[in-house]
Amino acid sequence: MKLWTETLIVLLILTNLKLISSSRLSACIRIVAVQGILLGVVPLLAGQNPLTWRIASLAGLTMILKGMVFPWLLLKAMRSANVRREMEPFVGYSASLIVAAGLLGFSIWMGRQLPMPFAVASPLITPMAVFTIMIGLFAVISRRKAVTQVLGYLVMENGIYAFGLSFAQQEPFLIELGTLLDVFMAVFVMGITIFHINREFNHIDADRLNALRG
Amino acid sequence: MILLLILLPVLAGVISFFIRPGWMLRSILLATAGFHALLTGGTWLRQPASVLEEWLFLDAPGRLFLSITSLLFLVTSVYALGYLMREDWGQRQDFEEGMLFTNARESVFVCCLLIFLGMMTLVTVSQHFGLLWVAVEATTLVSAPLIYFHRHVRSLEATWKYIMICSVGIALALLGNFFLAVAATTATGHDHVPLLVNSLVNGAANLSRPWLKAAFIFMLVGYGTKMGLAPLHTWLPDAHSESPSVISALLSGALLNCAFLAILRINQVCIAAGLAEYGKTLLLGFGLFSMLVAASFIVKQLDFKRLLAYSSVEHMGILSLAVGLGGDGVYAAMLHAINHSLTKAMLFLVAGNILAVYHSKSTTDIRGISSILPINGVLWIVGFLAITGSPPFGLFVSELLVLKAALDQGHVAIAMAYLGLLGIVFIGMAAIFCRMVQGYPAELPTFDTSQLVPNRTVATASRFFHESPLSVLPPIVLGMLVTLLGLFIPSPLQQTLIRAAATVSGQ
Repeated sequence: MKLWTETLIVLLILTNLKLISSSRLSACIRIVAVQGILLGVVPLLAGQNPLTWRIASLAGLTMILKGMVFPWLLLKAMRSANVRREMEPFVGYSASLIVAAGLLGFSIWMGRQLPMPFAVASPLITPMAVFTIMIGLFAVISRRKAVTQVLGYLVMENGIYAFGLSFAQQEPFLIELGTLLDVFMAVFVMGITIFHINREFNHIDADRLNALRG
Repeated sequence: MILLLILLPVLAGVISFFIRPGWMLRSILLATAGFHALLTGGTWLRQPASVLEEWLFLDAPGRLFLSITSLLFLVTSVYALGYLMREDWGQRQDFEEGMLFTNARESVFVCCLLIFLGMMTLVTVSQHFGLLWVAVEATTLVSAPLIYFHRHVRSLEATWKYIMICSVGIALALLGNFFLAVAATTATGHDHVPLLVNSLVNGAANLSRPWLKAAFIFMLVGYGTKMGLAPLHTWLPDAHSESPSVISALLSGALLNCAFLAILRINQVCIAAGLAEYGKTLLLGFGLFSMLVAASFIVKQLDFKRLLAYSSVEHMGILSLAVGLGGDGVYAAMLHAINHSLTKAMLFLVAGNILAVYHSKSTTDIRGISSILPINGVLWIVGFLAITGSPPFGLFVSELLVLKAALDQGHVAIAMAYLGLLGIVFIGMAAIFCRMVQGYPAELPTFDTSQLVPNRTVATASRFFHESPLSVLPPIVLGMLVTLLGLFIPSPLQQTLIRAAATVSGQ
C-alpha cells in the first residue's frame, strides 16, 4: 500500500514539473486533469480504515470535478479565446524548471521542519503538498495568460487539498463538499470572466489589464 | 431563526433570478431586506438557539456584525430602488473612454445582491472554521458579478483582479484551516477537537503551538487579503471604484467587516492558547502599514471613489491596530467597525449621487457640489468630517479610544505614528473634499451650464437639479446614526459591544 501511495506522490510531483515546463495550453490543462485524477486516487490508498462510502464518494467527486469538469471548462474558455500557447512568460521554461527544482528542495526541507503530530500514510505527503502549492503560486505570478493563471490557482488548490488528505478521515463531510463547491464556482466564474475579457479586449493577457492604478 | 436569516435572502435571490419585470425585482429586494432587518432586530430581543450541533450560533460579535450588515443592506437597498429605476438598461456611452457598454440584467444584479446578503449572514453566524471559510469564499464569488454590473473594460479588469487576488488569498486561509486541524489533532491522529470556536478556545491548552502559529499566519494573510490590509489590499481600490456605488457601499461597509470577523475568531483561539503576544505583533504591524499605505495614496488622489476605497484600507488598518493593542482597544475596534461602516456607506452613496450628475470621478475637475446639489454637498462635507474622526461624530469617540488604549499600554511610538497618519489623512482629504464642494461647476455633461450664471445664489442654481428623496434619504439616515453614536450609545448596544469585546479578547 505504501509503495502505491509513494508512486502516486512521485507522479503528482512530476505533473507539477510538466505543467511548469510546457508552453501549449491544452497540454497544461490536460496535465492538471491528470493531477486531479491522481489526487482522487490518493484517499482510496492512503485510508487506513476499510473503504467507507464517505471516502469513496469524496474520491469520486474529486475525480469528476478536478479531473473532468474543470479541465473541460478551461478548454472551453481557451477555445473561445482562441489561444494555443503561453508566449513569452515572465519566467522562461528552462528557468522555471530550475526554480521548480529549488522549490522542491525547499518543500522537502519544510516537510522536515513541520513534523505531523500523528502518523500519516507517507512522510512525502507534506512536501508534495507544499511543492504543489508553491508551483501553483509560481504559475499565477509568472504567466501572462488568464487561462494559465486559473490553472495556477487550481494547482494551488490541489496542493492544499492534498495536504488535507493526510488526515481526510477527520474532516466533516459537509466542509469537504462546501470546499469543492466553492472551488468549482471559482473556476466557473473565472472561466466566464475570461470569456468576457476575450470579448472586450481581444486578448487574455492578464498583465495588459493595467488601466486601473494609483 | 438563524436558518431563516440565511435561507430567506438566498431563496429570494434564486427566485429573483427567474423574474424579469423590474418592479417585481425591486419589491423582492426591498421586502427581503426589510424582513432580514426585522429578524436581525429580533435576535436582539431573544437569543436564537444554535443550529447544526452548534455550527451556527449567534454570539455577541456575530450579532454586532450581523446587525451592521443587515442595517446597511436595508439602507442601501432603499437607495438601490432609486438607482435601478434611474438606470438606463440599453447601450450607452462610457464617460471615460467613450466606448459603448450595457449593464448586466437587473435580475442577475438582484439575485447576486440577495445571495451576497445570505452569505455575509452565514459568515457572521458560523462558529466552525471550515464553514466560515466556505462562506467567505462564497461572498467573493457572488459579489464578482456585482462589480461587473456595468459591462465595460475597467470594471472587467477590476473584477478579474478581485476574483484572482481574493481567491488565491482565501485559498491560503484554507491551508490555515488545515493547519488548525493539525494543531487540534490529538496524538493518536484519529480524532481531533471539532474546529468550533468554542471547543477550540476551551481546549486551547492542548493545541500544538507551532501549528497554531502557522495557522494564524495563513488565516491572517488569507482573510487579510479580503479585509484589505496592506500590502494585500491591491484589489480593493479597483473593485470599489469600478462597481456601482451601491455595491461599493456594501463591499466597504459590510464585506470587509466579515473578513475582519474571521480574523477575530482565529485571534480569539490564539489568545486562549497563550499566543496573544505573537498575534499582537502581527496585527499591529499590518495595521500601521495599512494606515501608512492608505495615507500615502489618499494625498493627491485623483479619483474620489478610489479615495474612499483607500480610506477603507486606512480604517481596516485602525481596526487591526486596535485589536492588536488589546485591552480597551478591542472595545474601540468594535465601536469603530460600526462607525466606519455607517460613515463609509453614507459617503459611497453620496459619491454615487455626485457621479450621476457630474459623470466624472475626478477630484480635480469636480467643483461646486454645494451650488448645484446642496443636500449632497452638505452630506459630502459631513461625511468627510465624520470619516476623518472629527467631533461630534462616532468615529471621533472610537479613534480617541484607540489612542487611549495605545497610551495606556505604553506604546507611545505607536500612538505618535497613529496620530501622525490620521493627521496626514485629514489634511489630504480636506484639500480634496473642500475643493469639490466649493466653487462653481465647469461644464456638466448632464446639464447645459450656460443657464447657470455665476454669482447667482445657490438657491436658484439648485432649482435645476432635483435631488430625489430615494437618493438622499439613505445617506441622511446613515449620517444621523453616526452623529447619534458620537453623542450617545444606547445601553443594549453598549452591552453587546462590551460582551463582543470580551468574547474576542478571549475572556
